Amino acid sequence: MIIIDTLLIGLSSGAIYALMALALVLVWRSTRVVNFAQAGQAILSTYLGYEVMNRTHSYWISIPFAIVGGAAIAAFIDAVILRSLAKRSHKGSVSEIAPVIATLGLLGLIRSLTGMIWGNAYVQYISPLSGKGYMIGKHTIPFSPQNLIIVIGALLVMGIFATIFKFTNLGLALRAASFQPEISRLAGIRVDRIRTIGWAFAGAAGAVAGALVTPTTYLSPNSLDLLLVSGFVAAVIGGLDSLIGAVLGGLLLGVGFAFILQYIGASVTFSAAFIILIVVLFVRPRGILGSKVGRRDA
Amino acid sequence: MRKSKALSALTFLAIGLFLLGLSNFVDELRVYQGAQIAVYVIAISSIILLTGYSGQISLGHGALMAIGGYAAVLSYTYWHLPVLLAFTVGALAAALGGFILGMAAARLSGPYLAGTTLALAVGLPSLANQFHILGGEGGLSFDIGEAPKWIANKTGGDFTQYKWFFWVSTVCALVTIWFIKNLLQSRFGRTWRAVRGNPSAAALSGINIGRSKVLAFTVSSALAGLAGALLAMLLGLVAPMAFTLTLSFTLVTGAVLAGVTNLAGSIVGAVVLVVIPEITDVVATHLGGSEKITANLPGLITSVLLILTVIFAPNGPKLHIRKKVHN
Amino acid sequence: MSALDVKDLSVSHGAITAVKKLSFSIEQGQLAAIIGSNGAGKTTLLRALSGLIPSSHGTATWNGKSLLGEKPEDLVRAGIVHVSEGKSVIPELNVKENLALGGIWRKDKKDVAVATEEVLELFPRLRERLQQSADTLSGGERQMLAIGRALIARPQLLLLDEPSLGLAPLIIEQIFEAINQLRHRLNLTVLLVEQNAMSALKIADVGIIINVGSLVTSGPSKELLADANLRAAYLGY
Repeated sequence: MIIIDTLLIGLSSGAIYALMALALVLVWRSTRVVNFAQAGQAILSTYLGYEVMNRTHSYWISIPFAIVGGAAIAAFIDAVILRSLAKRSHKGSVSEIAPVIATLGLLGLIRSLTGMIWGNAYVQYISPLSGKGYMIGKHTIPFSPQNLIIVIGALLVMGIFATIFKFTNLGLALRAASFQPEISRLAGIRVDRIRTIGWAFAGAAGAVAGALVTPTTYLSPNSLDLLLVSGFVAAVIGGLDSLIGAVLGGLLLGVGFAFILQYIGASVTFSAAFIILIVVLFVRPRGILGSKVGRRDA
Repeated sequence: MRKSKALSALTFLAIGLFLLGLSNFVDELRVYQGAQIAVYVIAISSIILLTGYSGQISLGHGALMAIGGYAAVLSYTYWHLPVLLAFTVGALAAALGGFILGMAAARLSGPYLAGTTLALAVGLPSLANQFHILGGEGGLSFDIGEAPKWIANKTGGDFTQYKWFFWVSTVCALVTIWFIKNLLQSRFGRTWRAVRGNPSAAALSGINIGRSKVLAFTVSSALAGLAGALLAMLLGLVAPMAFTLTLSFTLVTGAVLAGVTNLAGSIVGAVVLVVIPEITDVVATHLGGSEKITANLPGLITSVLLILTVIFAPNGPKLHIRKKVHN
Repeated sequence: MSALDVKDLSVSHGAITAVKKLSFSIEQGQLAAIIGSNGAGKTTLLRALSGLIPSSHGTATWNGKSLLGEKPEDLVRAGIVHVSEGKSVIPELNVKENLALGGIWRKDKKDVAVATEEVLELFPRLRERLQQSADTLSGGERQMLAIGRALIARPQLLLLDEPSLGLAPLIIEQIFEAINQLRHRLNLTVLLVEQNAMSALKIADVGIIINVGSLVTSGPSKELLADANLRAAYLGY
């Protein structure tokens, strides 16, 4: 029974990690940047949702606003900041790390902005769904209606992404542009625009993660920092390049954390995440599903 | 060669004496800020050494500072070590942490290293809540006491604790810069530059790239640890709150503002970091801003500066100007 | 007026000027072979013409409109399609997807289907491998795939960069034969860059010989093939 309980806890948190990992992988594939601002973007879109909920008194109405907001913020960041950075990327000591540093700056910027607007104190973004576990017979399982909606929401996002990537021209352009930008341009794809769309998808995924997970905790300008780290670890486990890998990595990490929490204790969770990250990087730097096909000309 | 070294040592001595003398003529707040600048100089130079010269990125230097800070305080409190020795313990502990991290780092390329060190910066300070000896959220207090009589008496006048802090950090900062400057001119410095410039050529000429990177990480971490111990001294405590992710970001900002390959720039970066909150305070008071704005304005300005710098002057503002003149 | 007109074109790679004051022109429907050894500036020339890199001096026009300063994706829409060096396919995608890329921007989806069918008729081996990853194709098949993708864009000017690179002689012959058929059937203007001078000049109308970025000579390919001095110095046989 305990094992099933633990698996359920892991499933719910793993779904959230998977969404965050998806967001990081989408940006990594299109721009070759680990987007540390993703935590900030997710926070800002969650605050947007919070604001809408305060006005409409409906959690359900607020979610699409958060998603659209998240996509718009991401598109803006790519089109304005990263594009001008790419244009000015000189050969210099900092040019390789400049995009990473820019995303850090953005994370700081977004945090300060949200702090200015909404304050640094914790606020509640409440879902109408109960956070209490379902009852099976006399046993309360650690899986609430909110956990269920988290899993459903994550599955929905993944399903939509999978459909777009596999079956639409937009998806084909997204994949082609991320694998071989130059050949894609020669085939007539407007790679800059496609890249921005990739960012928007990532922003939307992050927003879903933020809007779904926040009702189980609280909201503050840095309440998703740990999620950023878990998402990164999950993405690395999955290979950083693979969307399916990101999902699997997220679920594995979620379940792994749940078991560690259950059998060893909360005090080692962070160390465990860190050790998992290091071990994966040493043993299998490509991750479980990292691309086998090397980028030949890179 | 030897003559120029002696000369540069003399220059440092002169700067040091001037600064220490200066501390007699300004008010307490400025003395404290001077000490802050000195601590930032050490921390920023540690990043410049790592990123600018060895080509590795670290978003986790705040965590290494935490290691240094906690180790110094623990050894001071429980082993009753003299202050300077406690600082050394702090530096050594961080060096050990940096050595382990560096072993991993040497095998990681840019994005992985950035993410791993970020994970460290986010997670490590929270460990303090898990272990009783680390004092939890409230942290541990750290009081290094007054200046020794023989120093206080010589300078005459009122030798306050802030002035003592300033002396200690300034001396440490000068020694650090002098040390890095010499290190960069040594065999190790040349090796780092070679690896940074062209890794494959460096490997072909027999340089052990991995070892060179680990060494850079270890030295850089030791300096970060020293900065952490000094920060603990200034704050009078070590606590998770003192070593947040924001600190790590601030240091990277300072290094970028300094121009990451410009050691002397660390002073510029440090001054900017200390001055920004000062200015924003004035601005916020004038605007009659709420607590929300006052608390977040420094972060906002620092982030905007960081973004603008990487976009418009990626090699640091100073270098940028110099280039323009040349053209 | 010639269809493709290049005048005094210079292109730099950092400090090195890879193409120096190059001038040549091609008539509508002609196949021109640009011949030169490794490092002669052939690839750089094509990359500048297709908008991948900026030029530093001179002009290049296609039917009177300037090519320089345009983005590659816009040039593709204007009918100028560049098949880059080294079998420009995307190995992570399968054959069908690689072909689909060629028409992804086109509004006329019916014609895309027609064009795709034509390509599959021309290269039946691609039809057998539609669901296979492009990574599993042989060198010759990849080249067919790359040219096929370009054709689906319905080009007017085709820029081909060393289609023979790394292929066996028999395959080279097949590929060149296909190129020759195509350009007659579709009235294509083709700029073919080659180290393999013999095969290229055999199907070309005109030959343009360049060396370290500058023009050596140009003329009808038959005359170039017959010139003993040129053969010894630049054509390498």
